[in-house]
Amino acid sequence: MTKTCTCACAEAAPDEAELMKRLDDVLAEQKDKPGGLIPALQTAQAIFGYLPESVLRRVAQAFDKSYSEVAGVVSFYSFFSTVPRGKYLVRVCLGTACYVRGGNEVLRAMKDKLGIDVGGTTPDRQFSLEVGRCFGACGMAPVLMVNDDLHQRVKPAKIGELLEKYRAPAQEARP
Amino acid sequence: MIHVTINGKAIEIAEGSTILQAAKSAGIQIPTLCFLEKREPLGACRVCLVEVEGARTLVAACSTPCVEGQVVHVNGPKARAARKQVVELLLSEHDGDCQTCERNEDCELRKLASDMGIRTVTYGGARAAPKRDDSTPGLVRDNSKCIKCRRCVTVCNQVQGIGALFPQGRGFATVIGPAFAGDLDGVTCVQCGQCAAVCPVGAITERSAIDDVWAALDDPAKTVVVQTAPAIRAALGEEFGYPPGTRVTGQMTTALRQMGFDAVFDTNFAADLTIMEEGTELLTRLKRALVDKDKTAALPMFTSCSPGWVQFAEYYYPNFLDHLSTCKSPQQMFGAVAKTYYAQKIGKKPEDMVVVSVMPCTAKKFEAQRPEMNASGVRDVDYVLTTRELARMIRQANLAFTELPDGEMDAPLGLSSGAADIFANTGGVMEAALRTAYEIVTGRELPAENLHVKPIEGLEGIKEAALKIERTQPAWSFLEGAELKVAVAHGLGNARKLLEMIRSGEAQYHFIEVMTCPGGCIGGGGQPRFTDDGVRLKRISAIYAEDESKKLRKSHDNPAVAELYRDFLGKPLGHKSHELLHTRYAQKERR
Repeated sequence: MTKTCTCACAEAAPDEAELMKRLDDVLAEQKDKPGGLIPALQTAQAIFGYLPESVLRRVAQAFDKSYSEVAGVVSFYSFFSTVPRGKYLVRVCLGTACYVRGGNEVLRAMKDKLGIDVGGTTPDRQFSLEVGRCFGACGMAPVLMVNDDLHQRVKPAKIGELLEKYRAPAQEARP
Repeated sequence: MIHVTINGKAIEIAEGSTILQAAKSAGIQIPTLCFLEKREPLGACRVCLVEVEGARTLVAACSTPCVEGQVVHVNGPKARAARKQVVELLLSEHDGDCQTCERNEDCELRKLASDMGIRTVTYGGARAAPKRDDSTPGLVRDNSKCIKCRRCVTVCNQVQGIGALFPQGRGFATVIGPAFAGDLDGVTCVQCGQCAAVCPVGAITERSAIDDVWAALDDPAKTVVVQTAPAIRAALGEEFGYPPGTRVTGQMTTALRQMGFDAVFDTNFAADLTIMEEGTELLTRLKRALVDKDKTAALPMFTSCSPGWVQFAEYYYPNFLDHLSTCKSPQQMFGAVAKTYYAQKIGKKPEDMVVVSVMPCTAKKFEAQRPEMNASGVRDVDYVLTTRELARMIRQANLAFTELPDGEMDAPLGLSSGAADIFANTGGVMEAALRTAYEIVTGRELPAENLHVKPIEGLEGIKEAALKIERTQPAWSFLEGAELKVAVAHGLGNARKLLEMIRSGEAQYHFIEVMTCPGGCIGGGGQPRFTDDGVRLKRISAIYAEDESKKLRKSHDNPAVAELYRDFLGKPLGHKSHELLHTRYAQKERR
């Protein structure tokens, strides 16, 4: 298994109240720290898999910020998502190095193979697709990440093969 | 002090000043767009680019500090070309339907383009799709006209402390608006309209009631009466070329009559009435607290004239709601009295009457729609126009405003004292209340020069005053020797500071005036644009001059109000007053 599952799947999902309690603990710890908002949002997204409105309103309240301000921060960073994500989050890097080495072609192939657009999730809730802005692996460009796995020197033609490993029924089958 | 040279002119300026401030101090103009006085400069729009000798690039004058020996050229070819290009790029994103835009008279972007000699559209870039948000009673937003200068964000977050508007998304796709670029009714907003007051283009405006008002005026079955708030007379003239601070009470009255209103009345009348009710309420609360030792008598008492402030308290300070005066605002008192007392006087049914308000305010549009504001059995106030809308209607009626003779308002609801005029200024409601309350308690006139309480005048954010009460009338002997402490805040950010001081016990008062907008109603969200502190001070002076020009200076001397009590209401805080003139508040869930 990947370390952080970003999905909103129902497998042994703790109930909403339990998650909210975990969120409140995080908020209590972060709310008085300068610059605590973004780490709190990151943790909230790790807890819930995405950032639903109820969570954002709670975060806004804890930090004594307006909902519009919190929404402004969330919508600024591509890392944050306000819609549920698939079990695997695919992030194709379009930073400068990856872009010039064919990142866009990788992205196009990924869209084709998954049948979704950037920001979308496959109907079987297995994959979500996002664009990344540099993972600090420019020497291995073009790169993409599937959850916490980094794939280097990706070739558009090999995308199907790459995805197949995640689709395999035995979840332990890792590339 | 440091020394800089701008356009060849040697300037001495305090360290830490920006190039823009230095230029201004020497009378050198630099165009600006996103800049707002007294606020941290953003440097977002780049319209103020200037050339600094030795600097690698052009710099934004608003956000670049002066350094010793700096040599600046505002009008060199490089800076001029760059500023022009910046405005051309802004135009490429802006949905410029100037012929039909309601800002075509006073659009700052249009003026900049014209000043810079832009006569062709150079860039045809992508534009945001038009999206009209008319989800709230007071305001309309159109993102396709927004040029992302963020003035509204600054005023909503820093001045008012609400944060309804914030940049959403990033880069070219940035949208200035409520959370996730949704509608305004999805977030907490008190409808103060300060965003509309600072917007340089037509992206945020009031929701217009002009068509409704014309329809009412054209309907022969309706008796249409109008009330104008005190702040209008000190600002309306600006729409017709008069300098700020010109009083146009008489011409405004004539214009309203010629537009076809059946009676031209004054919110001032209801302001005097408010003082009778609110002054009595304050004294009653003091008596309950001091004599009856009644713990439920909530002090300090807060004024309740400003609907943005009332909503602010409902959202953010529900524990203070008992402290708000139960008095309705003058606008709503007027509506309730017009559709009962006056309707009876002229033999009309309330449903055949239409009450139109002219207010300096967008929140008043919201207030008139509050469900409980129907004491007469129907809507007490039907339509609310801003000062700007009235000016538009006057133009639509083809009236040459500056040529109009002065008119007099109608009796009885057009009669008022100078105390009512000053409701328009920060500190004015307090001063008016003190003029009456002090005289009720002591039987003597307020011991202040020309009846003005100097410490609570002016643009300081939070002001306070103390008034020693001596030689009281027998009924008020419990106040003998007491010191009445009052405070005044304007702008909701200042109100929040004051409330926190009270909550922490750091400050204690008996009576507090809060106005939503900086400067009070004269700086309201519905006033002519553009309102800066210079304009505010001129309007404030005009209002005090209006007050001093009146024979009657105190609300309790208004004979028409006395007659209303004698013939209809009974006494202040009486049963009928309670029904018509008072209200309640309820906590609102923040959104």
